[in-house]
Amino acid sequence: MGMVNIRNLTRVFDVSKPWLNRVVERREKAFLTAVSDVSFEIAERSVYALVGESGSGKSTIGKMLVGLLGPSEGSVEIRGTDLAREKDAAKIDAVRRDIQMIFQDPFASLNPRWRVRDIIVEPVASRGGNTEGMAERLLEQVGLAARDAGKFPHEFSGGQRQRICIARALASEPKLIVCDEPTSALDVSVQAQVLNLMSDLKDEFGLTYLFISHDLTVVQHMADRIGVLYLGRLVEEADPDALFDDPKHPYTQMLLAAAPQLGNFGREVPPPTGEIPDPINPPTGCAYHPRCPLAADICARDRPEMRTVRGARVACHMVE
Amino acid sequence: MTDPVLSIRDLTVEIPTRHGVLRPVNGVSYDIAPGEVLGVVGESGAGKSMAGNAVIGLLSPPAHVSGGEIHVNGARIDTLTGEAMRRLRGKEIGMVFQDPLTSLNPLLRIGDQLTETMLAHLDISRAEASKRAVAALEEVGIPGASERVDSFPHEFSGGMRQRVVIALALCAEPSLIIADEPTTALDVSVQAQIIALLKKLCRERGTAVMLITHDMGVIAEAADRVAVMYAGQLAELGPVREVLTRPHHPYTHGLMGSTPLASRGRDRLHQIPGAMPRLDALPEGCAFHPRCPNSQSRCQTSPGPRIADGDGRAACWFPLKQEAVA
Repeated sequence: MGMVNIRNLTRVFDVSKPWLNRVVERREKAFLTAVSDVSFEIAERSVYALVGESGSGKSTIGKMLVGLLGPSEGSVEIRGTDLAREKDAAKIDAVRRDIQMIFQDPFASLNPRWRVRDIIVEPVASRGGNTEGMAERLLEQVGLAARDAGKFPHEFSGGQRQRICIARALASEPKLIVCDEPTSALDVSVQAQVLNLMSDLKDEFGLTYLFISHDLTVVQHMADRIGVLYLGRLVEEADPDALFDDPKHPYTQMLLAAAPQLGNFGREVPPPTGEIPDPINPPTGCAYHPRCPLAADICARDRPEMRTVRGARVACHMVE
Repeated sequence: MTDPVLSIRDLTVEIPTRHGVLRPVNGVSYDIAPGEVLGVVGESGAGKSMAGNAVIGLLSPPAHVSGGEIHVNGARIDTLTGEAMRRLRGKEIGMVFQDPLTSLNPLLRIGDQLTETMLAHLDISRAEASKRAVAALEEVGIPGASERVDSFPHEFSGGMRQRVVIALALCAEPSLIIADEPTTALDVSVQAQIIALLKKLCRERGTAVMLITHDMGVIAEAADRVAVMYAGQLAELGPVREVLTRPHHPYTHGLMGSTPLASRGRDRLHQIPGAMPRLDALPEGCAFHPRCPNSQSRCQTSPGPRIADGDGRAACWFPLKQEAVA
């Protein structure tokens, strides 16, 4: 039994125009399926990474996991509790206390008018907990100085702000942290510092991470298990070694080939063809079939089921 | 060796402020040959974009070029007046910015934006310009170019928009293109397409490209030579393979160590202690010395040796001599 169980999770957004426009322009309602029938499990004390390009639904899954969005279908269970359906308020609160989130942009996720001390202790203070000395202790844990507690966010650099976000996420002693592109806004040398810090904290506090990123090298470095998303669907899930050495889904193969690599000087590869289709009108069958080199008739007709192939879960008709 | 398209000598950009003069670019020199891609890397605030903007004359006041020379095709351009610079910009130097949406006019059809640029710089008729606009879009790989010339920028996806911007930068046949983080806003697969396109066009037309980016992977794949910038200065300059696998400057070495790599496994990443100094608080001597593992007393008093073209690769008193790290 994993820490997090996600079953057949689907999220649909209504992107219709206002009703008057629909009547005048004779348009149907429009729906965008951001996440479609995704199932996976996150083991306790592990790092599960979701990778995918923009529009693949990775952030939407993260938001549903912390409860910022409700699922349209399917369920998210955290330690056996389904936040969207649970009736017992005390139970919901107990689970929520165990989840925290770190966002991508450390400039937008800290209140500029609050002192760092107040920002950090807020997850505990809002529940009426004792916060004495907490900010100072946490600041030192994330590599800042205790006296920084009295400063405002604008006095810090991007990397330092992300450390403050991490300190805030740790304040309520969570078990699970959803990290949505935590280092995308940072320079490589700062990214290295933050990634190392996150690894250390994970070992120290026994944390579980859901790590959302578009950067394959970062994911390879951090993750214990990787899920690859394409157009809201999970196309492949594997351990890092299996995924990078033996990618099975044609989309994963394309993604790995397209990622720039340090060793490949002056590499000449045929660039991938096509672009991500419109999620409002996704292709029939397998969402990747219009771009797929292996596509056959069945791919346009039936959506592939998740199958286990050589230790990886793959949604593809053609993989043997 | 052929004459360089772009030649920068001791370029210095200054910003006067109430608290003293800041130098976001300080004594930078490099050349770019025809058909060559020079990668300019560095972290935020290293001055890489500022140097690019100085070349194309788009520094926003009070920032200004306060020293050094910029030559394009042998002619000095940093002393040109606004009007002369305007004629040069777009004609001799094309520019590709990071965000393709903000570099296109949302109210003009892309065909009109292309023909407008060509009519401003080339001596051709409107009919000829329209014909060339379609050809330019075909060249950058936009399907159905003859219909798409009448589309507006919002009707294109991000990757397609960046192709339009590249077509726009190339349509007056410049000899130099400055691409400032051209793929940072794009997805990996689209990024691979755009990089391949830039390389192809540059090879076919002999256009020199200054590719400004923070992504070492992009540099490794696209650039011929690389210039590493730190705190406004050139830290290291050399052939891309040499610099990335056998860095001489401790900063380059640290930067390469911080990049997660498949071959390195899941060990801890190398950390460069501290952060890049603010421009108003640059340390004495070599700007990197407070973070440098090999710093000695000489580093604290005198700035590293300037990299002159031809001799010396790293602006460091004690360059690393070592085997491959990557």
